[in-house]
Amino acid sequence: MGPRSRGRARGEAPREEGGVSSDWPLWEVFVRAKGGLSHRHVGSVHAPDAELALRHARDTYTRRLEGVSLWVVPSAKIVASDPDEVGELFEPAESKIYRHPTFYDIPDEVKHI
Amino acid sequence: MASLPPIDVPKGATGAGAFDAPAAGERDAAYFDYLLRLGDDALVLGQRLGEWCGHGPVLEVDISLANLALDLVGQATLLLNEAGDGDRLAFHRDVLDFRNCLLVEQPNGDFAQTIARHLLYTTWQHILLQRLTQSSDRFLREFAHKAVKEVAYHRDLASEWTIRLGDGTEESARRMAGGLEWCWRFVPELFEVDETMQAAIDAGFAPDPRELEEEYRSAISAVLSEAELQPPPDQRPILGGRRGHHSEHLGHLLAVMQFLPRTYPDATW
Repeated sequence: MGPRSRGRARGEAPREEGGVSSDWPLWEVFVRAKGGLSHRHVGSVHAPDAELALRHARDTYTRRLEGVSLWVVPSAKIVASDPDEVGELFEPAESKIYRHPTFYDIPDEVKHI
Repeated sequence: MASLPPIDVPKGATGAGAFDAPAAGERDAAYFDYLLRLGDDALVLGQRLGEWCGHGPVLEVDISLANLALDLVGQATLLLNEAGDGDRLAFHRDVLDFRNCLLVEQPNGDFAQTIARHLLYTTWQHILLQRLTQSSDRFLREFAHKAVKEVAYHRDLASEWTIRLGDGTEESARRMAGGLEWCWRFVPELFEVDETMQAAIDAGFAPDPRELEEEYRSAISAVLSEAELQPPPDQRPILGGRRGHHSEHLGHLLAVMQFLPRTYPDATW
């Protein structure tokens, strides 16, 4: 967005931290395949603002009837865990097999577990 | 050099679309011509947008334009197959027999000019299709019900881009204004009523395009005003596409589009 643009309600493009980028910002795309299911992360698109990010996501990720609902989220807003902390975050769960519900029989009709 | 395979003319084919050929089968001439007008609009605009494939300013826009192109080629397939043999009409007709409006055959120019053309055409197409869902003709009604949703998206996307380019940087605003200026003289043709159109209106399957003009003008004005753009001054209208008087651009487009099926008429893959 250049000198002519003013503040607008269309959705502010997220600012990239640590410098100015001439590329459009990145947006993470989530698709709900059908009613009742959760949105799932499917990929990302570049777009100048939120409204066009939704349209780019529609054109890129739902052209083969993949979804009934879309979310786009500025990638810069995602808070990620630190790869250096992978040990303390995840390894303690490894030795706790009793947390898995492996002793139940799941009926065939239950598809999405 | 091996000779080319003979052209296989299906039994009962009318030769519709050949120069000076009679209208297809028992179809009323005005109905046939109306299908060609809408079908050729969609085909030519789809081919034009397809030229962007691999050349879009960014990957996402490339995919987006190709999607629009595929919608239009799908619409052309339905319309031309209703008029006759769709493939023959698309690939074995010469430029004088095409009935598309001049707007859709205009070159892509830069991205802004492509968006200007798409805004000006699909706003008209969307208003028309909404009326056609009430047509007295069953095919046109069913076609319009399917296509109107696709075209609503086209119109919306073209409007959003017009607003962003018009109200963007100095350069994008200049390019958007230039694209509109290029396309503006082809708008009056969309509302022209010639003999064929009058027959279509009288027969009840087509709305009078003059009745769409007020809604069209105010819709375009609303988008341009949000885009901080002035409508270009009215220019001398250029007409004739509906009668086969095309600009030089269409011949070049057809040469690319028709080359393969004309050279290898029975090619399959």
